Amino acid sequence: MSENKTPQEKHYARLVDELTPNSRHLRGCVRAFWVGGLICTIGQLLTMLAQTLELGELTAPMFTSCALIFLGTTLTGIGVYDRIGKYAGAGSVVPITGFANSVAAPAIEFRREGMVLGLGAKLFQIAGPVLTYGISASIIVGVLYWAAKEWLL
Amino acid sequence: MRIGSRTFVYEHPPRIAAHASIVGPKESKGPLAAYFDESSQDDLFGQKTWEMGESEMLRRCAARAMEMGGLAPEEAQALFCGDLNDQIIATGFAARALSVPLVGLYGACSTFVEGLVLAAALISGGQLQNALCAASSHFCTAERQFRFPLEMGTQRPPSAQWTATAAGCALLMAGDGTGLRVTAGTLGRIVDYKIKDANHMGAAMAPAVESTICAHLDDTGAAADDFDLIATGDLGWIGREILLQLFRERGRPLPPEKLVDCGASLFYQEQDTHAGGSGCGCVASVSCGWLMKRMERGELGKVLLVGSGAMLSPTSTMQSESIPGIAYAVRLEVK
Amino acid sequence: MEVFWDLLKAFVVGGLICVVGQVLIQTTKLTNARILVLFVTAGVFLTALGVYKPLVDFAGAGATVPLTGFGYSLAMGAIEAVNSYGILGALAGGVTRAAAGIAAAIFFGLINALIFKPRAKP
Repeated sequence: MSENKTPQEKHYARLVDELTPNSRHLRGCVRAFWVGGLICTIGQLLTMLAQTLELGELTAPMFTSCALIFLGTTLTGIGVYDRIGKYAGAGSVVPITGFANSVAAPAIEFRREGMVLGLGAKLFQIAGPVLTYGISASIIVGVLYWAAKEWLL
Repeated sequence: MRIGSRTFVYEHPPRIAAHASIVGPKESKGPLAAYFDESSQDDLFGQKTWEMGESEMLRRCAARAMEMGGLAPEEAQALFCGDLNDQIIATGFAARALSVPLVGLYGACSTFVEGLVLAAALISGGQLQNALCAASSHFCTAERQFRFPLEMGTQRPPSAQWTATAAGCALLMAGDGTGLRVTAGTLGRIVDYKIKDANHMGAAMAPAVESTICAHLDDTGAAADDFDLIATGDLGWIGREILLQLFRERGRPLPPEKLVDCGASLFYQEQDTHAGGSGCGCVASVSCGWLMKRMERGELGKVLLVGSGAMLSPTSTMQSESIPGIAYAVRLEVK
Repeated sequence: MEVFWDLLKAFVVGGLICVVGQVLIQTTKLTNARILVLFVTAGVFLTALGVYKPLVDFAGAGATVPLTGFGYSLAMGAIEAVNSYGILGALAGGVTRAAAGIAAAIFFGLINALIFKPRAKP
């Protein structure tokens, strides 16, 4: 099928744009800002707690992210996170709790389709691509860094 | 008798002997709540999964229509039915329980009206003495199939429509007598203006609705003013505005007070569905509940009911294809 | 006082990173999944360019809690492992560093799905 739009289709696309109300940008950004900021502040408090527990430089961030992930999955399970998400948009998607939500939500939802191909497979519905591209990118960065170190230094 | 480009005028117009509607919890808090025959507060309808819940809702609705029309299940000659679940499985299970001869249909949200067009033609032609036309949709089954899991913290854009948890069933019968009748029907033609946004069904379907309404009016030589109401299925608030604008641009404006959209009527704006309701069950329940009841009370005499469908699939959306829109129309008259 | 200052920095920087996501959602119709993928990969490459580490030093959790911070762990892990093990470190490092987070998400997600039932939106 051709991708080119006829003049009529272009005209229609404009008409649709005009008649479709926009998201309320400023309101959305303010909500994303304060909720996202709050989640990060909780993260900072957890890091401080980790420091008082005398966890090391590597284990303290681990503690923080695991605690936030626990928070994210639990809020998903009790049906609160989707309400936060409706209000905050990216404010609750971008923090690590949003990643936890994207793992927990399809897992709960598809449990009725079975433990293996339902819960087990769908758990990665959104986390899968995140890991695929995140890990691949880190490998590319590692290899480039190695190459630079070998040949340039 | 076929006239014009794609319209049937039924020589022996079937009577709508009975009609039943069932809605879910959210729909039962909407403005039309009082018109529905059953409002369930349990969106599982007593079943283990939402999919089976939708089937149960559909079965219950069809059984209720037969009961109201005084028709025993073994006397029912055909069930024209469809839903949104993959391979119309809600219909499959409901028809298994009813054991009525089945015509499985898929016209997305237009399924109910598609069924009326076909069933009326077969009854008018003498092939059937009676037929059930039904359709259902369920918010939870549609959402997980077409979008994201329910627990995901997502924001829906303002143009998104809310799939109604609802079912409607009409029982058509041959024979004389006074009452509500299906007197003409128009088939749909796919119209695709290259809208790809699956969160903007109203925009994807409005051109198809315009095309079918124009075809119906031209084929039958009628004008929009001849109807007491033109009811469209599931364009939502935004889609309805787009449709009105399309008619204005064509130079044959529709009187806005005569155009009612089922999706825009099912919910209050405050219910936060964004652009309104959608789904096979939306147009089915609103016509079987609100529209047909009002016609029987004599508040409306002649109505053009247009069901529109966005024929997208999860796969076509992922492959970023545009959304083919379709619309079927039937003329309902009290005679 | 220092504690308050650290918390404020985390709040503002974390909030601003989320606003970037919100602007993307509102203007480009990107879905959640794409936003997450984009932020992780962006985090990896920003770290590689040396931009992200100063931000982490400045804002703490404000930079590590958003998903770009997950990308930061992956990239830092890969770079540090290359320093210790050479080229194979590029493969092992990222996941090693982020292992706790990934494992926690999978395990808590599983436990969660076993305990709770799906429910409809109101």
